[in-house]
Amino acid sequence: MRAVVWISEDTWEACVDQARSLVPEDAEVTLVHVAPTDVEALASGGGARLLGRHPPPPPGPPVRAIADEEAHALLEEALSRLGRPARTVARRGKVEREVVRACVGADLLILARDGEARLGPKSLGSRTRFALDHAPCQVLLVWPQEPPGFETIPLPPHLR
Amino acid sequence: MSEVVALVVLAACLAAAVARPRLAPDWAVAAGGALVLVVVGILSTADARAALRQLGPTVGFLAALLVLADGCRRAGLFEALGAGMALGSRGRPARLLAMVFLAAAGTTAVLSLDATVVLLTPIVFATAARLRTNARPHVYACTHLANSASLLLPVSNLTNLLAFRASGLSFARFGGLMVLPWLVALAIEWLVLRRSFAGDLQRSAARSTRALERPELPAFALAVVALTLAGFVLSSLVGIAPVWVATGGAVVMVVRERPAPKQLVLAAEPTFLVFVLGLGVVVRAAGEHGLSSAVDSLLPHGTALPALLVVAVVSAAVANLLNNLPATLIILPVAAASGPGPVLAMLVGVNVGPNLTYVGSLATLLWRRIVHAHDEETDMAEFTRLGLLTVPASLLACTLVLWLALQVV
Repeated sequence: MRAVVWISEDTWEACVDQARSLVPEDAEVTLVHVAPTDVEALASGGGARLLGRHPPPPPGPPVRAIADEEAHALLEEALSRLGRPARTVARRGKVEREVVRACVGADLLILARDGEARLGPKSLGSRTRFALDHAPCQVLLVWPQEPPGFETIPLPPHLR
Repeated sequence: MSEVVALVVLAACLAAAVARPRLAPDWAVAAGGALVLVVVGILSTADARAALRQLGPTVGFLAALLVLADGCRRAGLFEALGAGMALGSRGRPARLLAMVFLAAAGTTAVLSLDATVVLLTPIVFATAARLRTNARPHVYACTHLANSASLLLPVSNLTNLLAFRASGLSFARFGGLMVLPWLVALAIEWLVLRRSFAGDLQRSAARSTRALERPELPAFALAVVALTLAGFVLSSLVGIAPVWVATGGAVVMVVRERPAPKQLVLAAEPTFLVFVLGLGVVVRAAGEHGLSSAVDSLLPHGTALPALLVVAVVSAAVANLLNNLPATLIILPVAAASGPGPVLAMLVGVNVGPNLTYVGSLATLLWRRIVHAHDEETDMAEFTRLGLLTVPASLLACTLVLWLALQVV
């Protein structure tokens, strides 16, 4: 069995914990992090927006280097939380598409809800929903915290 | 014929600024274009000199502000802001967004949108990354506030600096009239970003294993900036041009930070200053040969609310087509003829409007599309969606409160 665990900044711990308890010991686990290049472009692409200005690059490491460094640190941390050998993969690009791409040839994708902490469609953000809808494998969708209680279910439309 | 030549030269300047050809840098095209227009007699020497005299103090002011912002960077202000935001967020993304709002609104208002775009945004990205939280909402906040928080003071945006002289307002009165539109723009951004990124922001804690540094705010640099601001307010009372106050602040900062001469010159961005001067002269020539009368027939006159709204919307449209710097140069002479009200309404348009287009203007966008046909790095849809949620509402609400302020202040 080959399992892919999506390591995203805000929800990775829950995914790693589920992988540790649910994925068989002999399975091949891959921890995948995707750096969103659109956010990096927005954070470092100021020059293009200021007509006629060619500002010197700000001192310190460029945005790309910071993103790479943090991605690797996060993957290392996830690996030690997992507590068993696994492959780590740092990808760059459009997050939801890269996650789906990383699932090619895998049997299982583990990902976490990244929306509101109550039952209902808003518990999924657009990127997680895309990965869930397009993953070419089985999917395990976990809550990043304790699952919310039944009382958080939205009222049926005629009672709203 | 003169009309066509002037417009062609203007188009060449903008094309060079957008496409950035290596052999014909924008500043050289703008300066060369201005020279050509004078040599062939489309713009008289006297008019060119008048245009330069008008722009000179503004460009000097700009240079001083760039040096001041660079001094703040050298003194470590932006790293300190990053550390302060991280500490103040207490690991919660929603609190971090509030901190980013404070930092970006303050930096933009006092040190100009350039400082937010070039110096603060990368720091915000790094701060979010190190806190192990999604940087997206925070980077978007910086990008949006660089534009919409630049309404407050004459020094917040080059467009304001250009309009400030033409408006005839004092520094304090400019700020007094724009404080309400500024606050309204910030409130709209907050509501939209907070809602749009609700999922990303609601997580209770971003867990970082790293110990957070205590921020060490550079007291001297902050004092220089504060005194310079106070100087702007006082100088207009005693009749000293604010460019001298800005120069004073920049000199004190340079004496303290002692950048190498080459670094100092680079910080003032001489090529950008030449570009602004050249573009100003070229727009003046185009204005005298039909462009101004065309704009004049397009814009309503007077200071009634409907007139101000049309000025703001048209200015936003031109800014989105061409970028806000040429938009300001083109519209300003016409708006200024009707007094400070329309000038400030124009600023609402050219400052808030650019949040609609990812790279500052459709012209830049088209060019980038052509060059990077398969550029996957830009997520146009998300940027445009946020722009559509904030820009029309801000144009309307900011102009409305500007009109109210004009009745009262």
